[in-house]
Amino acid sequence: MRPYQIALKNLIRRPARMFFLTVALAVGLAAVVALVTLSNSMTADIEHTMDQFGANILITPKSNDLALSYGGISLGRVSFDQRELDPSVLQRIRSIKNHQNIAAVAPKVLGAVTVQGRELLLVGVDFAAELRMKPWWRLTGTEPSAPDHALLGSSTARVLGLKPGDRLTISGRSFTVAALLQETGSQDDGLLFVPLAAAQAITGKQGKITLIEVAALCSGCPIGEMVEQIAGVLPDAKVNAIKQVVEGRLQTIGQLKRFSLGMGGVIALIGLLMVFITMMGNVNERKVEIGIFRAIGYRTSHLMGIILLEAGLVGLVAGLAGYLLGIGAAAVALPLLAQSGHPHLLIQWQVAIAAIAAVGLVSLLAAVYPARRAGRMDPADALRSL
Amino acid sequence: MITTTNLTKNYPSGEGNVAALKGIDLTVETGEFVCIMGQSGSGKSTLLTILGGMCHPASGSVQVDGTAIYGLDDNGLADFRARHFGFVFQSFHLVPYLTALENVMLPLAPLKMSAAEKRRLAGDALARMGLAGCAGRLPGRLSGGEQERVAIARAVVNRPAILFADEPTGNLDSTTSDQVMGLFTELHQAGQTIVMVTHNPDNGRYAQRTIRLKDGLVHHTGD
Repeated sequence: MRPYQIALKNLIRRPARMFFLTVALAVGLAAVVALVTLSNSMTADIEHTMDQFGANILITPKSNDLALSYGGISLGRVSFDQRELDPSVLQRIRSIKNHQNIAAVAPKVLGAVTVQGRELLLVGVDFAAELRMKPWWRLTGTEPSAPDHALLGSSTARVLGLKPGDRLTISGRSFTVAALLQETGSQDDGLLFVPLAAAQAITGKQGKITLIEVAALCSGCPIGEMVEQIAGVLPDAKVNAIKQVVEGRLQTIGQLKRFSLGMGGVIALIGLLMVFITMMGNVNERKVEIGIFRAIGYRTSHLMGIILLEAGLVGLVAGLAGYLLGIGAAAVALPLLAQSGHPHLLIQWQVAIAAIAAVGLVSLLAAVYPARRAGRMDPADALRSL
Repeated sequence: MITTTNLTKNYPSGEGNVAALKGIDLTVETGEFVCIMGQSGSGKSTLLTILGGMCHPASGSVQVDGTAIYGLDDNGLADFRARHFGFVFQSFHLVPYLTALENVMLPLAPLKMSAAEKRRLAGDALARMGLAGCAGRLPGRLSGGEQERVAIARAVVNRPAILFADEPTGNLDSTTSDQVMGLFTELHQAGQTIVMVTHNPDNGRYAQRTIRLKDGLVHHTGD
């Protein structure tokens, strides 16, 4: 038998003494683990959702336009220097450092046209890229694929009285309505989509692009850096990240993270005090036992080792139990709090190691003074009967 | 051999210090069985703790086989107790969550020795006390006499030069007390030096020499 085995036998044969301390530490840790895991999982969920949002970078030509709007009512723009983008920018966008994070690049040409006597906004798109970027589009009809196919927003179709298969003429060019866009609640409802080349010809902007939408996969990729990289290769373009909503959400989660860390600190302090009080009580209660150990030749270090080992083991068991409990609680709570319908619980080994190590360390720290007290106990004082 | 020179010890009290020992000079020869007797408050337990290296005297010295034990540092003194002393306490003081065998192994735990050797020595010590069949029992499942014998086995398992006993029969009935004193006699006959504190005159007859304390001084010493 070695001195450390005394600690093990005490814990194994008298588990009730440390049971409540272990449970209290485990519950405290579980709360912190649940909060940290929830905030990490929700961040990942938001990033994943952001990937599904479609375009999150908008590229437009630099111009000296001034928007004439107030209170949400637009009165048009005053344009001093209207410019277009050159198609070569598409290649340059693909050349940035984080190009592997680019999911789709959707160039567009915009122009006003008159159809059946009505003014409409014509949008020339690459249908393949557009449909990949906007997975939420629901079409009535078939996907546009031919050079003379057109896609009508729900409001546009209603105003023009057209349905899939009908023909329409735009500036002398004939198109077939391939599909109608079901109502999206966005500006897309009032647009008329045709292939990019056709729109360039109709609007007289051959070889020109009005704007480009880029979908970037943002899980783990810095959207801000990507914007800078694109701006670097397109000095004549204005590159903006569409991220306000997501950033707002991420900011909320950031607050949750900070809260969970703060709460972790408070719980660690409470845990420290609990272990300290329990171990002090333990040492006082075992005064005679410690006196025996001292009398028969145990060094201060032996007794400190016994007390610290007991505290450390309680901390490790509480850490493991608390981590599992916290993960369980997070798994239950995540579906209620997450953005998407199918959130993924983020189980990180770093969190497990940090949680278990933190409780073990807190337990050890809290037990240092009681252990020193036990180690320095005078055997004659401890054994009053002598 | 134990030699003390002018041992004094004071305890703080409300009105200053109370002198528990006022200058004790005594010698215990190797192989001797000495009984320290005296009334309550005479200083006999204080003397035993000082002889046993558990309590520093206010002044004076204790030499054990030529070593001034209170000249050692804390670890040195602990090591000295582990190697040279054995203790039997009045209330047995067995560790409740350790079996009889594990309690006997306690003094061996800090020593560099194989686990098998420790187990063998502890088993032998228990067998000498007639408790070979109780090795796996926890103290709560042993009688008072059995607990006392486990405590004696623990005290002698490291083959100490000196065995200190403080009222070893204080919590035992007369029959069991006689059995325990018989064990002390056997140990003494085998060459063990024993220093025992007791207030029971019957136990004094087992010792070779009795030292009587009164008011912190040696009042009488004799066979």
